Amino acid sequence: MSKEQWLGLITGVIFGFLLQKGRVLRFDKQVGAMLLKDMTIFKFMLSAIIVGMIGILLLSNAGLIQLSHKAMNLGGVLIGGTLFGAGWAVMGFCPGTSIGAVGEGRWHSIFAIMGMIVGAAIYAELYPFFKSTVLAWKDFGKIGLPEAIGVSPWIIVPLFCFGTVVLFFWFEKKKL
Amino acid sequence: MKWKTKDGGWNPYLAGVLTGLLAIASVFATTRLLEKTTYLGASTTFVRAAGFLEQKIAVNHVASNEYYTKEKVRVDWQFMLVIGIFAGALISSISDRSFKIESVPPTWEKRFGSSIAKRAIWAFAGGVIAMIGARMADGCPSGHGLSGMMQLLVSSFAALALFFGVGVLVARFVYGRRES
Repeated sequence: MSKEQWLGLITGVIFGFLLQKGRVLRFDKQVGAMLLKDMTIFKFMLSAIIVGMIGILLLSNAGLIQLSHKAMNLGGVLIGGTLFGAGWAVMGFCPGTSIGAVGEGRWHSIFAIMGMIVGAAIYAELYPFFKSTVLAWKDFGKIGLPEAIGVSPWIIVPLFCFGTVVLFFWFEKKKL
Repeated sequence: MKWKTKDGGWNPYLAGVLTGLLAIASVFATTRLLEKTTYLGASTTFVRAAGFLEQKIAVNHVASNEYYTKEKVRVDWQFMLVIGIFAGALISSISDRSFKIESVPPTWEKRFGSSIAKRAIWAFAGGVIAMIGARMADGCPSGHGLSGMMQLLVSSFAALALFFGVGVLVARFVYGRRES
Protein backbone atom coordinates (compact mmCIF):
# COMPACT_ATOMS: atom_id res chain seq x y z
CA MET A 1 0.00 0.00 0.00
CA SER A 2 1.20 3.50 -0.80
CA LYS A 3 1.83 6.29 1.70
CA GLU A 4 -1.33 7.97 0.40
CA GLN A 5 -3.42 4.86 1.07
CA TRP A 6 -1.99 4.31 4.55
CA LEU A 7 -2.65 7.88 5.54
CA GLY A 8 -6.25 7.63 4.29
CA LEU A 9 -6.79 4.37 6.15
CA ILE A 10 -5.42 5.63 9.47
CA THR A 11 -7.44 8.85 9.24
CA GLY A 12 -10.53 6.83 8.35
CA VAL A 13 -10.15 4.45 11.31
CA ILE A 14 -10.02 7.41 13.72
CA PHE A 15 -12.92 9.12 11.90
CA GLY A 16 -15.03 5.93 12.05
CA PHE A 17 -14.15 5.43 15.72
CA LEU A 18 -15.29 8.97 16.59
CA LEU A 19 -18.45 8.71 14.47
CA GLN A 20 -19.36 5.50 16.27
CA LYS A 21 -18.55 6.88 19.75
CA GLY A 22 -20.68 9.94 18.97
CA ARG A 23 -23.48 7.51 18.03
CA VAL A 24 -24.15 9.36 14.81
CA LEU A 25 -23.98 6.32 12.54
CA ARG A 26 -27.50 5.22 13.43
CA PHE A 27 -30.46 5.43 11.10
CA ASP A 28 -32.54 6.51 14.09
CA LYS A 29 -30.22 9.42 14.90
CA GLN A 30 -30.27 10.72 11.33
CA VAL A 31 -34.01 10.37 10.87
CA GLY A 32 -34.44 11.62 14.46
CA ALA A 33 -32.71 14.86 13.47
CA MET A 34 -34.90 15.22 10.39
CA LEU A 35 -37.97 14.72 12.56
CA LEU A 36 -36.52 17.42 14.85
CA LYS A 37 -36.57 15.07 17.82
CA ASP A 38 -32.93 14.20 18.41
CA MET A 39 -30.20 16.66 17.51
CA THR A 40 -27.24 14.35 18.24
CA ILE A 41 -25.92 14.57 14.68
CA PHE A 42 -26.06 18.37 14.77
CA LYS A 43 -24.28 18.53 18.12
CA PHE A 44 -21.58 16.35 16.62
CA MET A 45 -21.35 18.08 13.23
CA LEU A 46 -21.47 21.66 14.47
CA SER A 47 -18.88 20.97 17.20
CA ALA A 48 -16.58 19.50 14.55
CA ILE A 49 -17.27 22.43 12.22
CA ILE A 50 -16.44 25.23 14.66
CA VAL A 51 -13.24 23.56 15.85
CA GLY A 52 -12.17 22.60 12.32
CA MET A 53 -13.11 26.00 10.93
CA ILE A 54 -10.83 27.89 13.32
CA GLY A 55 -7.91 25.52 12.79
CA ILE A 56 -8.21 25.29 9.01
CA LEU A 57 -8.60 29.02 8.47
CA LEU A 58 -5.59 29.69 10.75
CA LEU A 59 -3.47 27.13 8.87
CA SER A 60 -4.59 28.63 5.58
CA ASN A 61 -3.77 32.17 6.76
CA ALA A 62 -0.31 30.95 7.74
CA GLY A 63 0.12 29.53 4.24
CA LEU A 64 0.55 25.98 5.54
CA ILE A 65 -2.39 24.47 3.63
CA GLN A 66 -4.53 25.30 0.62
CA LEU A 67 -8.27 25.68 0.78
CA SER A 68 -10.10 23.39 -1.60
CA HIS A 69 -13.18 25.20 -2.77
CA LYS A 70 -16.20 23.52 -4.26
CA ALA A 71 -17.81 25.69 -6.91
CA MET A 72 -21.15 27.33 -6.23
CA ASN A 73 -22.87 25.85 -9.26
CA LEU A 74 -26.44 27.00 -8.84
CA GLY A 75 -28.21 24.18 -10.68
CA GLY A 76 -25.93 21.53 -9.22
CA VAL A 77 -26.31 22.68 -5.64
CA LEU A 78 -30.05 23.41 -5.81
CA ILE A 79 -31.18 20.30 -7.64
CA GLY A 80 -28.45 18.06 -6.25
CA GLY A 81 -29.05 19.29 -2.71
CA THR A 82 -32.78 18.67 -3.03
CA LEU A 83 -32.31 15.17 -4.43
CA PHE A 84 -29.80 14.36 -1.71
CA GLY A 85 -32.10 15.61 1.04
CA ALA A 86 -34.99 13.50 -0.24
CA GLY A 87 -32.84 10.38 -0.64
CA TRP A 88 -31.19 10.92 2.74
CA ALA A 89 -34.55 11.00 4.55
CA VAL A 90 -35.68 7.70 3.02
CA MET A 91 -32.31 5.98 3.27
CA GLY A 92 -31.52 7.24 6.77
CA PHE A 93 -27.79 7.34 6.11
CA CYS A 94 -25.36 9.58 4.33
CA PRO A 95 -22.49 8.11 2.29
CA GLY A 96 -19.91 8.13 5.10
CA THR A 97 -22.21 6.90 7.85
CA SER A 98 -23.66 4.07 5.71
CA ILE A 99 -20.24 2.41 5.70
CA GLY A 100 -19.73 2.97 9.42
CA ALA A 101 -23.19 1.56 10.14
CA VAL A 102 -22.17 -1.81 8.66
CA GLY A 103 -19.12 -1.69 10.94
CA GLU A 104 -21.31 -1.48 14.05
CA GLY A 105 -23.51 -4.37 12.91
CA ARG A 106 -26.36 -2.44 11.30
CA TRP A 107 -25.96 -4.51 8.16
CA HIS A 108 -29.19 -3.29 6.54
CA SER A 109 -27.27 -0.21 5.41
CA ILE A 110 -25.74 -2.52 2.76
CA PHE A 111 -28.90 -1.88 0.73
CA ALA A 112 -28.34 1.86 0.95
CA ILE A 113 -24.71 1.37 -0.08
CA MET A 114 -25.76 -0.73 -3.08
CA GLY A 115 -28.23 1.96 -4.07
CA MET A 116 -25.56 4.64 -3.79
CA ILE A 117 -23.12 2.68 -5.96
CA VAL A 118 -25.83 2.28 -8.60
CA GLY A 119 -26.68 5.98 -8.24
CA ALA A 120 -23.02 6.87 -8.84
CA ALA A 121 -22.96 4.68 -11.96
CA ILE A 122 -26.14 6.31 -13.27
CA TYR A 123 -24.64 9.74 -12.61
CA ALA A 124 -21.50 8.77 -14.53
CA GLU A 125 -23.66 7.73 -17.51
CA LEU A 126 -25.76 10.88 -17.40
CA TYR A 127 -22.87 13.24 -16.68
CA PRO A 128 -22.63 14.64 -20.24
CA PHE A 129 -26.36 15.40 -20.12
CA PHE A 130 -26.17 17.08 -16.69
CA LYS A 131 -23.09 19.02 -17.76
CA SER A 132 -24.95 20.61 -20.64
CA THR A 133 -28.17 21.23 -18.67
CA VAL A 134 -28.29 21.45 -14.85
CA LEU A 135 -24.61 22.27 -14.40
CA ALA A 136 -24.53 24.76 -17.28
CA TRP A 137 -27.19 26.99 -15.75
CA LYS A 138 -25.18 29.37 -13.60
CA ASP A 139 -21.80 28.87 -12.00
CA PHE A 140 -20.67 31.43 -9.44
CA GLY A 141 -17.32 29.66 -9.24
CA LYS A 142 -15.33 28.82 -6.16
CA ILE A 143 -16.53 31.45 -3.74
CA GLY A 144 -16.30 31.57 0.02
CA LEU A 145 -18.76 33.39 2.23
CA PRO A 146 -16.16 36.07 3.17
CA GLU A 147 -15.61 37.11 -0.49
CA ALA A 148 -19.31 36.78 -1.31
CA ILE A 149 -20.39 39.32 1.31
CA GLY A 150 -17.12 41.24 1.50
CA VAL A 151 -16.42 40.62 5.18
CA SER A 152 -13.28 39.23 6.82
CA PRO A 153 -13.54 35.55 7.80
CA TRP A 154 -12.44 36.63 11.29
CA ILE A 155 -15.72 38.46 11.68
CA ILE A 156 -17.80 35.58 10.34
CA VAL A 157 -16.09 32.89 12.45
CA PRO A 158 -16.86 34.40 15.90
CA LEU A 159 -20.45 35.10 14.83
CA PHE A 160 -20.85 31.55 13.54
CA CYS A 161 -19.39 30.13 16.76
CA PHE A 162 -21.62 32.34 18.90
CA GLY A 163 -24.73 31.32 16.95
CA THR A 164 -23.78 27.67 17.23
CA VAL A 165 -23.26 27.84 20.99
CA VAL A 166 -26.64 29.57 21.42
CA LEU A 167 -28.18 26.74 19.38
CA PHE A 168 -26.44 24.17 21.63
CA PHE A 169 -27.90 25.77 24.76
CA TRP A 170 -31.31 25.66 23.13
CA PHE A 171 -30.88 21.95 22.23
CA GLU A 172 -29.98 21.19 25.84
CA LYS A 173 -32.83 23.25 27.23
CA LYS A 174 -35.32 21.48 24.99
CA LYS A 175 -33.59 18.12 25.60
CA LEU A 176 -33.30 17.46 21.88
CA MET B 1 -24.55 17.32 30.58
CA LYS B 2 -22.80 13.95 30.85
CA TRP B 3 -19.55 12.70 29.34
CA LYS B 4 -21.15 9.40 28.41
CA THR B 5 -24.49 8.57 26.89
CA LYS B 6 -26.76 5.95 28.46
CA ASP B 7 -25.50 3.24 26.13
CA GLY B 8 -21.83 3.97 26.79
CA GLY B 9 -21.23 6.31 23.84
CA TRP B 10 -19.39 9.59 24.16
CA ASN B 11 -20.96 12.98 24.57
CA PRO B 12 -21.66 14.08 20.96
CA TYR B 13 -20.08 17.50 21.57
CA LEU B 14 -16.86 15.81 22.72
CA ALA B 15 -16.80 13.37 19.79
CA GLY B 16 -17.49 16.32 17.48
CA VAL B 17 -14.68 18.45 18.87
CA LEU B 18 -12.27 15.53 18.46
CA THR B 19 -13.49 15.08 14.87
CA GLY B 20 -12.78 18.78 14.26
CA LEU B 21 -9.23 18.26 15.55
CA LEU B 22 -8.92 15.20 13.30
CA ALA B 23 -10.01 17.29 10.31
CA ILE B 24 -7.33 19.89 11.06
CA ALA B 25 -4.64 17.24 11.60
CA SER B 26 -5.68 15.44 8.43
CA VAL B 27 -5.57 18.56 6.27
CA PHE B 28 -2.12 19.37 7.64
CA ALA B 29 -0.83 15.80 7.28
CA THR B 30 -2.01 15.38 3.68
CA THR B 31 -0.42 18.72 2.74
CA ARG B 32 2.88 17.74 4.35
CA LEU B 33 3.09 14.09 3.38
CA LEU B 34 1.25 13.99 0.05
CA GLU B 35 1.94 17.55 -1.08
CA LYS B 36 -1.75 18.00 -1.77
CA THR B 37 -4.22 19.37 0.77
CA THR B 38 -7.00 16.81 1.01
CA TYR B 39 -10.25 17.22 2.91
CA LEU B 40 -12.55 14.67 4.52
CA GLY B 41 -15.22 13.42 2.15
CA ALA B 42 -16.94 10.20 1.16
CA SER B 43 -19.21 10.37 -1.86
CA THR B 44 -16.57 10.37 -4.64
CA THR B 45 -15.52 6.95 -3.37
CA PHE B 46 -18.89 5.57 -4.47
CA VAL B 47 -18.11 6.74 -8.01
CA ARG B 48 -14.79 4.93 -7.89
CA ALA B 49 -16.42 1.81 -6.43
CA ALA B 50 -18.99 1.88 -9.24
CA GLY B 51 -16.16 2.29 -11.75
CA PHE B 52 -14.29 -0.72 -10.34
CA LEU B 53 -17.40 -2.89 -10.52
CA GLU B 54 -18.24 -1.78 -14.06
CA GLN B 55 -14.67 -2.49 -15.13
CA LYS B 56 -15.35 -6.16 -14.45
CA ILE B 57 -17.94 -6.28 -17.21
CA ALA B 58 -17.03 -3.42 -19.54
CA VAL B 59 -13.45 -2.12 -19.28
CA ASN B 60 -13.61 0.03 -22.41
CA HIS B 61 -16.88 1.59 -21.40
CA VAL B 62 -15.38 2.83 -18.12
CA ALA B 63 -12.22 4.02 -19.86
CA SER B 64 -14.23 6.09 -22.32
CA ASN B 65 -16.65 7.54 -19.73
CA GLU B 66 -16.03 11.22 -19.16
CA TYR B 67 -17.02 11.22 -15.49
CA TYR B 68 -14.93 8.18 -14.52
CA THR B 69 -12.00 9.71 -16.36
CA LYS B 70 -12.51 12.98 -14.48
CA GLU B 71 -12.75 11.36 -11.04
CA LYS B 72 -10.12 8.67 -11.79
CA VAL B 73 -11.08 5.12 -10.86
CA ARG B 74 -8.37 4.22 -8.37
CA VAL B 75 -7.90 3.37 -4.70
CA ASP B 76 -6.94 6.82 -3.48
CA TRP B 77 -6.72 8.50 -0.07
CA GLN B 78 -10.49 8.92 0.24
CA PHE B 79 -11.21 5.34 -0.81
CA MET B 80 -9.04 4.10 2.06
CA LEU B 81 -10.61 6.68 4.37
CA VAL B 82 -14.02 5.14 3.70
CA ILE B 83 -12.68 1.62 4.35
CA GLY B 84 -11.15 3.02 7.54
CA ILE B 85 -14.54 4.35 8.68
CA PHE B 86 -15.85 0.78 8.54
CA ALA B 87 -12.90 -0.54 10.55
CA GLY B 88 -13.01 2.29 13.10
CA ALA B 89 -16.73 1.82 13.71
CA LEU B 90 -16.21 -1.93 14.11
CA ILE B 91 -13.37 -1.47 16.64
CA SER B 92 -15.29 1.16 18.60
CA SER B 93 -18.57 -0.76 18.72
CA ILE B 94 -16.94 -4.02 19.76
CA SER B 95 -14.84 -2.33 22.44
CA ASP B 96 -17.88 -0.73 24.11
CA ARG B 97 -20.28 -3.56 23.26
CA SER B 98 -22.62 -1.39 21.24
CA PHE B 99 -22.10 -3.64 18.21
CA LYS B 100 -25.46 -5.08 17.36
CA ILE B 101 -26.69 -7.10 14.41
CA GLU B 102 -29.71 -5.17 13.24
CA SER B 103 -31.81 -6.08 10.19
CA VAL B 104 -34.33 -3.24 10.25
CA PRO B 105 -33.79 0.12 12.02
CA PRO B 106 -36.15 0.59 15.03
CA THR B 107 -37.68 3.87 13.76
CA TRP B 108 -38.44 2.26 10.41
CA GLU B 109 -39.88 -0.85 12.05
CA LYS B 110 -42.27 1.22 14.15
CA ARG B 111 -43.68 2.86 11.05
CA PHE B 112 -43.40 0.20 8.34
CA GLY B 113 -43.00 -3.15 10.11
CA SER B 114 -40.17 -5.64 10.20
CA SER B 115 -40.02 -6.68 6.54
CA ILE B 116 -36.38 -6.67 5.44
CA ALA B 117 -37.38 -6.67 1.74
CA LYS B 118 -39.46 -3.54 2.16
CA ARG B 119 -36.66 -1.76 3.98
CA ALA B 120 -34.13 -2.95 1.38
CA ILE B 121 -36.14 -1.60 -1.57
CA TRP B 122 -36.60 1.83 -0.01
CA ALA B 123 -33.03 2.08 1.25
CA PHE B 124 -31.82 1.16 -2.24
CA ALA B 125 -34.09 3.68 -3.94
CA GLY B 126 -33.12 6.39 -1.44
CA GLY B 127 -29.47 5.57 -2.04
CA VAL B 128 -29.80 5.95 -5.82
CA ILE B 129 -31.49 9.35 -5.53
CA ALA B 130 -29.19 10.60 -2.77
CA MET B 131 -26.01 9.70 -4.63
CA ILE B 132 -27.13 11.31 -7.89
CA GLY B 133 -27.85 14.41 -5.80
CA ALA B 134 -24.54 14.28 -3.94
CA ARG B 135 -22.55 14.05 -7.16
CA MET B 136 -24.55 16.84 -8.75
CA ALA B 137 -24.01 19.08 -5.70
CA ASP B 138 -20.37 17.92 -5.59
CA GLY B 139 -20.48 16.72 -2.00
CA CYS B 140 -22.28 14.98 0.84
CA PRO B 141 -22.60 15.75 4.58
CA SER B 142 -18.87 14.99 4.91
CA GLY B 143 -17.51 16.94 1.95
CA HIS B 144 -19.97 19.83 2.13
CA GLY B 145 -21.30 19.47 5.68
CA LEU B 146 -17.95 19.17 7.43
CA SER B 147 -15.10 20.13 5.09
CA GLY B 148 -16.92 22.80 3.09
CA MET B 149 -18.48 24.45 6.14
CA MET B 150 -15.06 24.55 7.83
CA GLN B 151 -13.84 26.59 4.85
CA LEU B 152 -16.94 28.83 4.89
CA LEU B 153 -17.92 27.90 1.32
CA VAL B 154 -21.07 29.45 -0.08
CA SER B 155 -21.89 26.20 -1.91
CA SER B 156 -21.62 24.22 1.34
CA PHE B 157 -23.92 26.52 3.33
CA ALA B 158 -26.47 26.23 0.52
CA ALA B 159 -26.03 22.48 0.09
CA LEU B 160 -26.26 21.66 3.80
CA ALA B 161 -29.34 23.87 4.22
CA LEU B 162 -31.03 22.04 1.34
CA PHE B 163 -29.93 18.58 2.47
CA PHE B 164 -31.46 19.19 5.87
CA GLY B 165 -34.41 21.35 4.82
CA VAL B 166 -35.63 18.86 2.22
CA GLY B 167 -34.74 16.02 4.59
CA VAL B 168 -37.05 17.49 7.25
CA LEU B 169 -39.94 17.81 4.79
CA VAL B 170 -39.56 14.34 3.32
CA ALA B 171 -38.95 12.71 6.73
CA ARG B 172 -42.13 14.31 8.07
CA PHE B 173 -44.05 12.96 5.10
CA VAL B 174 -42.52 9.48 5.27
CA TYR B 175 -42.30 8.78 9.02
CA GLY B 176 -44.26 11.51 10.70
CA ARG B 177 -47.87 10.65 10.10
CA ARG B 178 -48.49 8.21 12.90
CA GLU B 179 -46.40 9.95 15.52
CA SER B 180 -46.94 13.14 17.54
